[in-house]
Amino acid sequence: MVRQPLRVTRRSLADLLLAAGLAGLAGTVLYPLVRYLIPPKVKEVTAGSIVAAKVGDLPPNSGKILLFGGKPAILVHTSQGTYKAFTAVCTHLACTVQYRPDFGHIWCACHDGHFDLNGQVIGGPPPRPLAEFTVTVKGTEIVVTRPA
Amino acid sequence: MGIGAWLEDRLRWRAADAFLRHKTVPVTRHGYVYYFGGITLFLFLVQVVTGLLLLMYYRPTADAAHESVRFIMARVQFGWLVRSVHSWTANLMVFWAFAHMFGAFFVRAYRRPREMTWISGALLLFITLAFGFTGYLLPWNTLAYFATKVGTEIVGAVPLIGHPLLVLLRGGEDVTEATLSRFFGIHVAILPALTTMVLGLHLFLVQLHGMSRPDARGPARSMAFVPAFVLREAMVWLLITGVLVTLAVLLPWPVGEKADPLASAPAGIRPEWYFVFMFHTLKLIPSHVLGLEGEQLGVIAFMLAAAVVLAVPLLVRDDGAGRASRVAAAVGAFGALYMIGMTILGYLRP
Amino acid sequence: MPDRARWCVITAVAGLLWFFSTGLAAAAPAPQTVPEPPSDGCITCHRNLGGRLAAPALKIADDIHVRRGFTCTACHGGDAKAPGMEAMDPKRGFVGRPKPADLPAVCGKCHSSPEIMRRFNPRIPTDEVARFQTSVHGQKLSAGDQRVATCTSCHGVHPILAVTDSRSPVFPSSVPATCARCHADAAYMKPYGIPITQYAEYKTSVHGEALLGRGSKQAPACNDCHGNHGAVPPGVDSVANVCAQCHGSQRDLFTRSPHRAAFESMGLPQCTACHGNHQISRPSDEMVGTSPPAVCAQCHQADSKGGVAAKVIRTALEDLKQSTAAAGDLVARAENAGMDMSDAKLPLSDARTQLILARNLAHGLSLREVQSATSEGVGLSRKAADLGRAGLAEIEFRRRGLVAALVVIAVLSLGLYLKTRTTPGP
Repeated sequence: MVRQPLRVTRRSLADLLLAAGLAGLAGTVLYPLVRYLIPPKVKEVTAGSIVAAKVGDLPPNSGKILLFGGKPAILVHTSQGTYKAFTAVCTHLACTVQYRPDFGHIWCACHDGHFDLNGQVIGGPPPRPLAEFTVTVKGTEIVVTRPA
Repeated sequence: MGIGAWLEDRLRWRAADAFLRHKTVPVTRHGYVYYFGGITLFLFLVQVVTGLLLLMYYRPTADAAHESVRFIMARVQFGWLVRSVHSWTANLMVFWAFAHMFGAFFVRAYRRPREMTWISGALLLFITLAFGFTGYLLPWNTLAYFATKVGTEIVGAVPLIGHPLLVLLRGGEDVTEATLSRFFGIHVAILPALTTMVLGLHLFLVQLHGMSRPDARGPARSMAFVPAFVLREAMVWLLITGVLVTLAVLLPWPVGEKADPLASAPAGIRPEWYFVFMFHTLKLIPSHVLGLEGEQLGVIAFMLAAAVVLAVPLLVRDDGAGRASRVAAAVGAFGALYMIGMTILGYLRP
Repeated sequence: MPDRARWCVITAVAGLLWFFSTGLAAAAPAPQTVPEPPSDGCITCHRNLGGRLAAPALKIADDIHVRRGFTCTACHGGDAKAPGMEAMDPKRGFVGRPKPADLPAVCGKCHSSPEIMRRFNPRIPTDEVARFQTSVHGQKLSAGDQRVATCTSCHGVHPILAVTDSRSPVFPSSVPATCARCHADAAYMKPYGIPITQYAEYKTSVHGEALLGRGSKQAPACNDCHGNHGAVPPGVDSVANVCAQCHGSQRDLFTRSPHRAAFESMGLPQCTACHGNHQISRPSDEMVGTSPPAVCAQCHQADSKGGVAAKVIRTALEDLKQSTAAAGDLVARAENAGMDMSDAKLPLSDARTQLILARNLAHGLSLREVQSATSEGVGLSRKAADLGRAGLAEIEFRRRGLVAALVVIAVLSLGLYLKTRTTPGP
């Protein structure tokens, strides 16, 4: 069968572009889709609670800073063996507080603010207590929960 | 036996093939309106796919909803793309559903025997709006929370059954986690089920009756559905895809601040743009008209308008250029201008 | 009418009124709305006298002492049971209105007695009068100056309200205005030759703004620095201890700094040498440096050892401030572009913590301490900045992906377009 060369070129070009385009489209759709379905490595964080540590991670009379709801929080393992958690944002100038094993309570380095293990101010310039979170031990996980 | 014959024996697909080969689409001065329905359908399919993907990570509780959307946007690979495409498609879909309806209206595609096609289409438009209204709340952000509060309050103004309806919709007296659960259920189960049924009927009727031709005058030109129309429609769909991806990348849909039911409403609470014309109308009606509350009057008016839209094929029954058709065209034009005007006013004067 | 006759009439009328009122009170219980004073001859009579003589009886029911069961005679002596003028017979212990000089003794009858006071409030101190004697007010009073403040000048009288009562003139937020009644009065202060600007200065200070503006009861009023009963300006060497009631870490840093000995030898007051006293404004980094408004420049030449140290501290603070601000800016830009930057929040807030810490460490004048805090802060802010840059890079990646997708769409569209040309059209 004899055809005009131009016509043949145009039709085959169209087919070529279509095939390439469809393959490309399949790729551009499938690639993000498959990547989307792969579960992310980071565990999902809800506002209400966070797994702060595993039992045994934190020796008694020590503390740990973690990010909870976009702000630093502090988990304290008291020398009595109980767990306590508070916001770690000092009520004075918003520095991050820390646990001082030698004092046995929470301390802000910036201006020597002291908070007891109920979050109450026991010394220094902080005007208000630290807000407390609820801590529950579920199996091997220590879960910090924002009170409702 | 070849595969084709084997399948033919079981699926009778050659009948469908033959049907499609004979299907034609009219070529007229306003031929572009024939693409609107297809665009809306395409956007709906995008919503089904992206919606199913979002369901993998979304969690419908007051505690986790906002965080899970944030998680999708930040942590899930390409989650930002899926969610932004879903949000943008929702907006485009509402726009094209309206465009499809006005297009069909002005070419009088609702005439006999396509009355049921029109009615099912109008129902699909309302379902689309309900999709938009319920989906808006799901990220549980401040704006959506208060927009839902105001929106459901308007439902409360429906005469007689308003308050029970409001309680039913909110799952209580106030917008709470119960509302979120309900809206989620409505958005991902009830409305999709309804859409499947009504859309099935709508598409079936379109195939049954073929494409409507605006009027009998002039030469009846047409193009084959396969491949000419399908190729053109595919190009339009591709173009829309490009627009969607561009919007999603350059203007990712914001997550907003987490809703705080105890906070006072922020200034400038406004519903999604496709409800603004109703919202602004309700604002403009005086608080008391003819012994009725203004809001009630507005709600009654919009319910009547919805009923009129549904009943268009029953109200306008003359074939061709009769007086009823001219009145209908004028009313339709007024309706379109009213919606556009009120939307603009609503944005100019918040 | 001679005086004697007038007193007779007054006494008779008062006696009758007392008779009737007690009779009525017995017949019908008093309404519950206002706490009625105990039925006491003094109050009954004085209420009906009008003017100056009635004033003490009108609001006496609010008086903390009356509420605890005391009557007028507790301070004024006399016999409340006697129906007539004989109630105020000096023979019955009546002292009338105590002179200012006698007030400490009158109040001290109970307030200096631990035995009496613990029956009413076991925590209340009983050294007020002793402290008052050590105050400038008390010493001038002993020297015969009747114009100085005594107990009732500050606590009010008829009624004397509890300090915890917000209507009391010595309720924490009312103290500054109470002191200012005399201390801001130019005419009244003239004989003493002391400044009268303290109140106006205090009102604009951080402390005044906190106490009077924001109602923060933690903020100090006059008495928190000067003492209340023992009011004396703090001595040059005790200023730091006064401020340390709240600003303890600064005192500790200051006392181990070379400034302590230097200030002592120069007779400079401690904290207030740099921060001022009544008009203490919010400190800023501009206070450190070698040219005004830097306070270091008051004593140190720019090229001296102290001037160089000031410059080093200022540079360290500015470096950290700048790098924290730059990191915050990067993170905010990435956030505004739609990226989730919560990972950068912790290092960023830690960097800001280091800045606040370094500013405080400047009180100790140890360059090593300040620089170790600022360099740690700079490291943290770099970490945050890296995360911000990664966020912005991700946006760049998305845009490239968009271009790729649009190219694919364009190719496919072109293919479709060519296809429509090669297939039968309308």
